[in-house]
Amino acid sequence: MTGGRATSPIVRADGLRKRHGDVVALDGVSLELDAGSVLGLLGPNGAGKTTTVRILSTLIRADSGHAEVAGFDVARQPREVRRRIGMVGQYAALDGLLTGRENLVLLGRLLHLGRAGARTRAGELLDRFGLRDAADRPVRTYSGGMRRRLDLAASLLAHPPVLFLDEPTTGLDPVSRAELWVVIEELVADGVGVLLTTQYLEEADRLANQVVVIDHGQVIAGGSPESLKRGVRTSRLEITVARADALTDACDALTRVSGTKPDVDVVAGSISVFLQDSLDQLSAIAQALQAAGVEVADLAVHRPTLEDVFIELTAPHRAPVTTDAVGGPR
Amino acid sequence: MNGSDVMVLTGRHLLHFRRSPGRFIGIAMNPLVMLLAMGYLFRRSIVVPGSGDYVDFLMAGVAAQVGLASVGPAAIGVSADLREGIVDRFRTMPVAQASVLLGRTVADLLLSAVALLVVTTVGLMLGWRPHTGAWSVIVGFGLLLGFLYAMEWFGVVLGLLLREAETIDSIGALVLVLLSFLSSAFLSIQGLPEWIRPIAAWNPVSVVVSACRLLWGSPAAPTPGLPGQYPLAAAWATVVLLLVVFVPLASHLYRRAAER
Repeated sequence: MTGGRATSPIVRADGLRKRHGDVVALDGVSLELDAGSVLGLLGPNGAGKTTTVRILSTLIRADSGHAEVAGFDVARQPREVRRRIGMVGQYAALDGLLTGRENLVLLGRLLHLGRAGARTRAGELLDRFGLRDAADRPVRTYSGGMRRRLDLAASLLAHPPVLFLDEPTTGLDPVSRAELWVVIEELVADGVGVLLTTQYLEEADRLANQVVVIDHGQVIAGGSPESLKRGVRTSRLEITVARADALTDACDALTRVSGTKPDVDVVAGSISVFLQDSLDQLSAIAQALQAAGVEVADLAVHRPTLEDVFIELTAPHRAPVTTDAVGGPR
Repeated sequence: MNGSDVMVLTGRHLLHFRRSPGRFIGIAMNPLVMLLAMGYLFRRSIVVPGSGDYVDFLMAGVAAQVGLASVGPAAIGVSADLREGIVDRFRTMPVAQASVLLGRTVADLLLSAVALLVVTTVGLMLGWRPHTGAWSVIVGFGLLLGFLYAMEWFGVVLGLLLREAETIDSIGALVLVLLSFLSSAFLSIQGLPEWIRPIAAWNPVSVVVSACRLLWGSPAAPTPGLPGQYPLAAAWATVVLLLVVFVPLASHLYRRAAER
């Protein structure tokens, strides 16, 4: 069903630009998605994630740039593209007055599965997404999670090789979110290429093989989640002292060992240093603290998360943490 | 575009009507109330232009009012679709966008046609009778159906322009009152203030109503100007003109609304 060769990306965007009036929504976004993998599109609100997805799914046209889905140009061959994509937007694109089954049968018939074919496929999908009991209730009585599952089911009716998911789990409870993740993983295992936008870094970390970070309509970073984490920050050691008056002593000792001034959170009574390399540094720090007579209440190594990467990349103007900083989220 | 797509989409709206029959009441109620109030309660107080029974005069006017009453519900329907996001779903599918509006207006027309049938039946019960041959009567109803269909598209245009259900409700009511009272639907145009008469004469409602009266052999009020001289040609031209204006306009607005 896929148009391109197995080796070429199933979605490819090159230099997409889009203005909404005076606002530049996209300023040259390029990305690639391979079949059977997940590309996570990350970025703060208004970065251009939804605009990118809407261009790739033929809902809007880019002002310039080029994009192909399954080998077809989204601007010139939208009909061919539409035969090969499934789309789950931020808001469920369903008919609230119709039942779940009627929604799927309607859309299935519009996809020319035939009357019987549409009914069969609707039944399959309702079973697969745990909606069998709710199948004959109007969709407007569904919970947010059920609606999202039905929305995803609707976009899978014609077995599309490419799936666009625009913040698919926003507003879902943790259980529904985890269920949706499992479904997405199954689809990817079947060879579907998934382009996923999300605000949840945990979601991208769990699902995405590749991540593209965009901000102000531009790609500011890309790669696998692991490489992004490696590239931006090393692990961080957080030391909590037992008594607040030992904070200065501890700080001095750590400065001597690591050669740089550590970040101090006076309210929490904690200090954090970045670990450059190895356990040697860790033991040196422990010895220095012991030598300075600092009683340590807690010691924890924080691996960098995608969230650290994201904050580092998208908030370059945040105030630097200094020794007299009064807490503040990191 | 694909005929079976249009049929499937029409089926969707027919299911809607079954789920929320309130829309039907909205369309049938107004003309029915007018028919009962004027044709039964006040029938003795109203002097018919020319000679004949007032119910005979009134029927065509009330029938055209079904079209005006369809405008608001059609507008609400299309604006709800945009809000629900299902329009985006259709647009990411290999479905011709023309089918979406066609399916909607065909379903709306079927609903309005049932309302017309109900109103006509009540009219027959109150004593309305056509005084011409079957062919003429059928052509009259055909003209009315054309007018109803034009009004469904007018509703779509209104819904795409206004978007908010509350706004649509009040503008829809205004359309209904203004277009039916500034016409020959209930009373003779000659009874209106002189400066309003040309407006009322060219009002599509008057034009269609006059043609129906002629086709059904009902008592007719004299209409000034061209529409009075060529009532049938004027009526068909009006229906065609309305469709020629509203269909492309609706399609354009729909594309623009969906791409926002």
